[in-house]
Amino acid sequence: MGDSDDSLEQNDGQRFGRLPETPAERTVEGRASREEVVDYFEDRFAIPPETFDEHTFWEKGAGKIWIYAGDAPTPLEIEAIGMTCLRTRQEHWKPTTDFVQRVGHHAEACVIDLEREEATAFAAGEDQEIERWEGDWGYLIAAHTVAGEREPLGIGLYVHGELRSMVPKGRQRDL
Amino acid sequence: MEPFERYRPIIDGFDAFLEACERPLGNAVRVNTIKASVERAIATLEEDSVAYEQADWNPRVVRLETDSPGSTWTSFHGFTHGQEEVSAVPPVVLDPQPGERVWDCCAAPGGKATQLAALMDDRGTVVANDNNLGRISALRFNAERLGATSLAVTNDDARNYSLKRFSFDAFDRTLVDAPCSCEGTIRKNPDALENWSEGHIDTIAGIQKGILRRAVQATREGGQIVYSTCTFAPEENEAVVQHALETESCEVVDFDLGLEHAPGLTEWDGERFDDSLEQAARIYPHHNDTGGFFVAKLEVTA
Repeated sequence: MGDSDDSLEQNDGQRFGRLPETPAERTVEGRASREEVVDYFEDRFAIPPETFDEHTFWEKGAGKIWIYAGDAPTPLEIEAIGMTCLRTRQEHWKPTTDFVQRVGHHAEACVIDLEREEATAFAAGEDQEIERWEGDWGYLIAAHTVAGEREPLGIGLYVHGELRSMVPKGRQRDL
Repeated sequence: MEPFERYRPIIDGFDAFLEACERPLGNAVRVNTIKASVERAIATLEEDSVAYEQADWNPRVVRLETDSPGSTWTSFHGFTHGQEEVSAVPPVVLDPQPGERVWDCCAAPGGKATQLAALMDDRGTVVANDNNLGRISALRFNAERLGATSLAVTNDDARNYSLKRFSFDAFDRTLVDAPCSCEGTIRKNPDALENWSEGHIDTIAGIQKGILRRAVQATREGGQIVYSTCTFAPEENEAVVQHALETESCEVVDFDLGLEHAPGLTEWDGERFDDSLEQAARIYPHHNDTGGFFVAKLEVTA
C-alpha cells in the first residue's frame, strides 16, 4: 500500500474487478457501483432491483460492466465472466443488446413496441423514422410480439423521431 | 471412406454405416431454455413457417427443414442454437444440477457449455475453457447471444489446468469433449478424413489422455465426468478411458441414453480393455441418422 490510503487505483483492463456495493466503497477511480447499476436499470427501464439478487457485477475494460450468476474472487484474471451488460464511463450509460434480450422482459418503461416490419428492419440494423414514441429520448428497449408475448429485440437510440438500431454487426440478421 | 475399413469387424451393419456416412446431414438446433421454453421456441418456429421435427430422445433437440436456420426469429432471439443432434448428448449424460461447479475443459465454440448452463437453469458456475484464443471469441459470442450469465471463460491448456484463480479447489462435474480426429463428422464435413493417419490418431490420443487425467484430478470424489469424442477410433475412445482407469482414481459408470447405440469395446487390435467399458456408448450414423459419437461416463473414487 502507498502512503496515502485515499489514492484511488486505476482500472486494470486485464482483469475483472467486482463493483463496490455503493459509491462510498469505491476504491477504483471512475468505477460504477452495484447500487448505481441496479438503480439505473430501475430508473430507466423499471426493471425491479430484485431481478439481480442472484447476480454480481464486474468491470473489465474501461466502463464495460459484466453480470455474473454468482460469486467469484476479485480481482480475477480470466477471459470472461458471465455476459457484458452495460457501458459506463460515458455521458449516457448504454446496455448491450444481448443483455436486453436476456432481461428486457422485466422492463416496464422505455420499451418501444415495433410492428413486424419495423422489427425486421431493426434486426437488420436499420435506422427508421418512428413518430409515435412519446416517452423519453435516449436508449430504449425495442421489442415485438413473438408467439403471443412481448420479446425484446435489443437496444435502440431514439432521437428526433428516429429509432437507431444498436444491434451489433455480428448480431444483425436479414429475416 | 477407406480409413473406415478397419472398423468393419466392430460395426454391425457395416454397409449401412458406410452408406449413412455418405449422406449429408440435415439442420438440427437445440432449444436454449435460458431464453425460451420449448413450447415458445416451437410456437415461434411455427410463426416463421419453418417445418420441424422434435427428437424422440430429447424434446429440446429439433430438426429443421430450412436451408438458412440462422435467418429465423428463434435464432435472432437466441431461442435456438445450431447444434448437431449427437453433440447434444454429452451434456445430457453429464446431467449437471443448478448451483453446481462444472468444468467444460475443451469448450469452444460453446454449444455444449451453453447447454450445460441451460441444464443448470443458468445458476452455478460453468467454467468454459479452451486452449485456442481464436476459438474463444466464438465461444464468447455464442454465450452472449444465448444469454448465459453463469459461464466463466478461461484460455488455458486443460492438461495442466490450475484452479488457483477460483475460490474452490474441485469441480462437481467435468465434461471432456476432447479434440479428436473427427471421423464422426464426415457427413457434415466431407474433408474430415483428409489428414487421417494412424500416426495422427496416436498424437491426438496422447493429448486426450493428458486432458482426461487432469479432469479426474480436478473433480471432487464422487463427482462425475463425461468423456466424449466425435470419432470412432478406439485409440481415442476406449483406450483413453482405460488409461484413466489405470492411472487415476475413477471407475466407469452406466447411464441411460434414449438413442440407439452400440456398447463400448473391450478389445481392439490385440489390446484388452476393462469390462466396464461396455457401459460406454458408440453412436453410429446409421443408428439414428446422425453424426457419429463416443460417450463414456466416469465417477471419481477415493
